[in-house]
Amino acid sequence: MNDASATDAAERRPETVGRAVWISGPVVRADLTANVFMGEQMEVGASRLIGEIIGISGKQALIQVYEETDGMQPGEPVYGTGLAMYIELGPGLIGGVFDGVQRPLNILQRKGPFVEKGAKADPLDPARRWRFIPDAKPPARIRGGEVLGVVPETPVVEHRVLAPPDCSGELVAVAPEGDYAAGDPIATIRTDGREFTVAMAQRWPVKQARPYQEHLRPIVPLITGQRIFDLFFPLAKGGSAAIPGGFGTGKTVTQHQLSKWAEADVIVYVGCGERGNEMAEVLMDFPKLADPRTGRPLMEKTVLIGNTSNMPVAAREASIYTGITIAEYYRDMGHHVALMADSTSRWAEALREVSGRLEEMPAEEGFPAYLATRLAQFYERAGRVRTLSGREGSVTIIGAVSPAGGDFSEPVTQHTKRFTRCFWALDKDLAAARYFPAINYLESYSGYLDDVAEWWRDRHDPQWRELREQAMRLLQEDDRLQRIVRLVGEDALPDEQRLIIEGSRLLQEGCLQQNANDPVDTFCRPEKQLGLLKAILHFVVRAKEIIKRGAPIHRIREMPARESIVRAKDKIPNDKPELLDDLMAGIDREMDALYAEFQKVR
Amino acid sequence: MRSESGKIYRGLTGVSGALVFLRGDGGVAYGEMVEIVGDDGRIRAGRVLIASRETLAIEVYQGTDGISPTGARIRCLGRPLETPVAAEMLGRTFDSFGRALDGGPDPLADDWRNVNGAAINPAVRAYPRDFLQTGISAIDGLNTLVRGQKLPIFSGSGLPHNQLAAQIVRQAQAPGESEGFAVIFAIIGASRDVADLFRRSVEESGALPRVAMFVNFADDPAVERLVTPRSALSLAEYLAFDCGMHVLVVMTDITQYCEALREVASAKGEVPSRKGYPGYLYSDLASLFERAGRIQNKAGSITQVPILTMPNDDITHPIPDLSGYITEGQIVLERDLDRAGIYPPINVLPSLSRLMSDGIGEDRTRPDHAHLSSQLYSAYAYARRIRMLAAIVGEEELAGRDRKYLDFGRRFEREFIAQAIDENRTIEQTLDRGWLMLRELPAADLTRVSAEEISRHLK
Ligand SMILES: Nc1ncnc2c1ncn2[C@@H]1O[C@H](COP(=O)(O)OP(=O)(O)OP(=O)(O)O)[C@@H](O)[C@H]1O
Ligand SMILES: [Mg+2]
Repeated sequence: MNDASATDAAERRPETVGRAVWISGPVVRADLTANVFMGEQMEVGASRLIGEIIGISGKQALIQVYEETDGMQPGEPVYGTGLAMYIELGPGLIGGVFDGVQRPLNILQRKGPFVEKGAKADPLDPARRWRFIPDAKPPARIRGGEVLGVVPETPVVEHRVLAPPDCSGELVAVAPEGDYAAGDPIATIRTDGREFTVAMAQRWPVKQARPYQEHLRPIVPLITGQRIFDLFFPLAKGGSAAIPGGFGTGKTVTQHQLSKWAEADVIVYVGCGERGNEMAEVLMDFPKLADPRTGRPLMEKTVLIGNTSNMPVAAREASIYTGITIAEYYRDMGHHVALMADSTSRWAEALREVSGRLEEMPAEEGFPAYLATRLAQFYERAGRVRTLSGREGSVTIIGAVSPAGGDFSEPVTQHTKRFTRCFWALDKDLAAARYFPAINYLESYSGYLDDVAEWWRDRHDPQWRELREQAMRLLQEDDRLQRIVRLVGEDALPDEQRLIIEGSRLLQEGCLQQNANDPVDTFCRPEKQLGLLKAILHFVVRAKEIIKRGAPIHRIREMPARESIVRAKDKIPNDKPELLDDLMAGIDREMDALYAEFQKVR
Repeated sequence: MRSESGKIYRGLTGVSGALVFLRGDGGVAYGEMVEIVGDDGRIRAGRVLIASRETLAIEVYQGTDGISPTGARIRCLGRPLETPVAAEMLGRTFDSFGRALDGGPDPLADDWRNVNGAAINPAVRAYPRDFLQTGISAIDGLNTLVRGQKLPIFSGSGLPHNQLAAQIVRQAQAPGESEGFAVIFAIIGASRDVADLFRRSVEESGALPRVAMFVNFADDPAVERLVTPRSALSLAEYLAFDCGMHVLVVMTDITQYCEALREVASAKGEVPSRKGYPGYLYSDLASLFERAGRIQNKAGSITQVPILTMPNDDITHPIPDLSGYITEGQIVLERDLDRAGIYPPINVLPSLSRLMSDGIGEDRTRPDHAHLSSQLYSAYAYARRIRMLAAIVGEEELAGRDRKYLDFGRRFEREFIAQAIDENRTIEQTLDRGWLMLRELPAADLTRVSAEEISRHLK
């Protein structure tokens, strides 16, 4: 029983279980005087740095330390906690900024602008009181994961306090409505003749996936407001996506865009081995930006994990687990959670670095042989589920991948491809041409097309799938023609073919491209997405008739309607869909005129 | 260096490359500094890499030549590698450890700082958005640098990156801040010529009083190169966050630094990653580059311009590649432009300042800046495409419109990108010049600037 024993162990002070005898960077060997187990959380040395047991042989343990070990001497004590690497879960996570091992960075800043090693603070502010409203009446049977009460954690996130997942039994008492600290007891559960008190704050071992009742098919798209994804390579709630790309291709901008606009109840953003200034940007923007659904500041639904590239590398490894565990925790309350991991490659490199210190046998490119397993375990924690309390919740994972030299054949990209169903390939050439988002539409794919087609059909348009196929065909034909163009130039092609090139160009400029910095176009509602796509395809169909009648291609290219389509993404606001009808009418008007002109000519 | 009494050991169990090994007895910390005295009586600095009951492994900074197992004495200093910091260090030249190299006395330290620094808490960083003027059009106009940014110059051997760096150092100023910049130069693995070039260029311009230089010569031991930028950055942090100054740190050549790292790693017998560089090259470079930034409620800032030469001009080589993954953009020098006599030979197309969009515009540079730079960029990108086409089909075959672009491309390179090595352009001059370039282009093509801007600036 994880949580019940967790509560027990929490009462125990960590005890000395041995002494450090060998120290090298993030790895410490200790001579043991007491029993420890693999994965146990430790406190290492006089400054009690957070560590984890990663190997035991005889009377010696190998400990990975999540902080800099500079200054530690052989002979310093090592303490056991009796718990697997855990984090604290409870109200107060939302709006927080944590490092990889869940130290609250916004609280640590009171001690100075630099993160000093050994600095400690409770992840959940013990002084903060939360309004707890009970939602279960004792005496009653209660199963793990059921709701004991709710806390309005922020104006948009209702925090449901759950019975610890593996703690079923008789609910003996629940606290009355009132203000409590996260650590105060709010319920008592009797199981196997023993009574356990339950607080809002609970611990969970990060490497263990939290249980649920049932896995559900991911059939609801995660609307992102980004046309290239929603229309062309959709992601489903509970699905997983990889964003590979060389430096500067747009991984971080894409993840910021998804965090801002994706239709998720909770966002967990893990900055894993990336830039401090990017975290600062999120912290500057999110409190000011309004969530398009609720109109409330984005920070009210966001948890930030920031273990930047210059912070200890072992904690970078932990940051991914910390993030996914928090995501599952909110899922279990019945929320839809989206987790961004930027970048999983830095996480893989942290594995490699620690593995190297242990002198393990490396597999491809120095990565340890268990790289693929770890990646699989991580992405497997995505899913749309029926929670233990019978609600529907989901965790969607979007992982950035930073391949060396931008070359997708390297191990992290290749393994990630196996474990994710969306592959959003970023392209160096497109980014260099300032074509954004620089998604290579020929190399990218989504495995959720069939799953989400029904939703689009019922909610928006029975034609969604057909429109997409039509657009993809246009892009593919264009690609084929471009190969010829490279040899002979565009002028050498007949006008029917040049129209395909023209149509594809229009599709790219008017629909696929989306500037994250444009105040209007940064977010695009599904209605507008479809409207733009339809207008473009309609334009191409109508133009084809006219070209057939012998009109030269430049007449099509010079149509004012073409210009209107390209500008529509920036000009037509989301709340004025009627302007899309005007756009369509304008296309028809001009096409009719041109058609008539060439009717006569014949 | 500060001396302190500490534990003393005699004799070694082994010497290998830059490492020495000896029997320990527990009382020495991981990362602790030691002094090693060889048979020759010379004192060298070192750092504990493995601390265990049985063995100590020590990395020796000034090389192990002249050290024998029986004759060596090791004195432990009981503290990490520290470097002196002081405001009076401006105007002076030091070695990697902050010792005077200019014939003057060693600096009187205001404080001693751990060269590795500590990570800035991401939650207290202030997002950089204040313009820093370099006086160079290709940078200020199209790849604007902001205070607190790290923007490297990707160069190739033989290209004038050092001249460019020296020019930036002479000209850099923070508009609105009268006292300008403190500049710190970390010169890593350079020949005495290059070090001299910097010195003279700085001296002649009269900028010396605001410049501190840390120099590691090409014939200094490789391990020392790992310390040079860290000492420089420690001083930068002191000046920026304790004294409230705006500090520009120029580090050259990061490639030399990385090679030293590779050399030391391989001497330690570590498993190499791509091209023999250690797997932690990314983290190690990040531990330098991430020391750029601003901190909330503090006046100062650290801006970094690291310079690296791309082996074989290959941007996918691990050094530029991993740097690009850490820095906030890059300025790319191009051999073709250099051959064509364009100085500075900056190709603006692969160059990018990622923090530009938030650092320009009204109140920062000028309201038309964003549109103008986007227009220049796209016109030049098109001009380069046409130039390639012209090389195949011949210039005569081009349409009139395309020929205009060909001309634009040439003028843009000669009149906008190119400037004299002592030419310091204000942002106004840069932007006005940019508008001048657009004159000859078809009016219908100027879609990225507004009609209002055209009537205002294109007259
Ligand atoms: N959708 C977009 N709209 C506008 N600009 C974009 C977009 N995507 C990327 N960019 C531009 O590209 C630059 C680099 O993007 P970003 O920082 O996301 O790259 P990255 O792939 O995360 O790189 P790295 O691996 O180095 O972190 C941005 O600063 C921005 O100028
Ligand atoms: Mg990024």
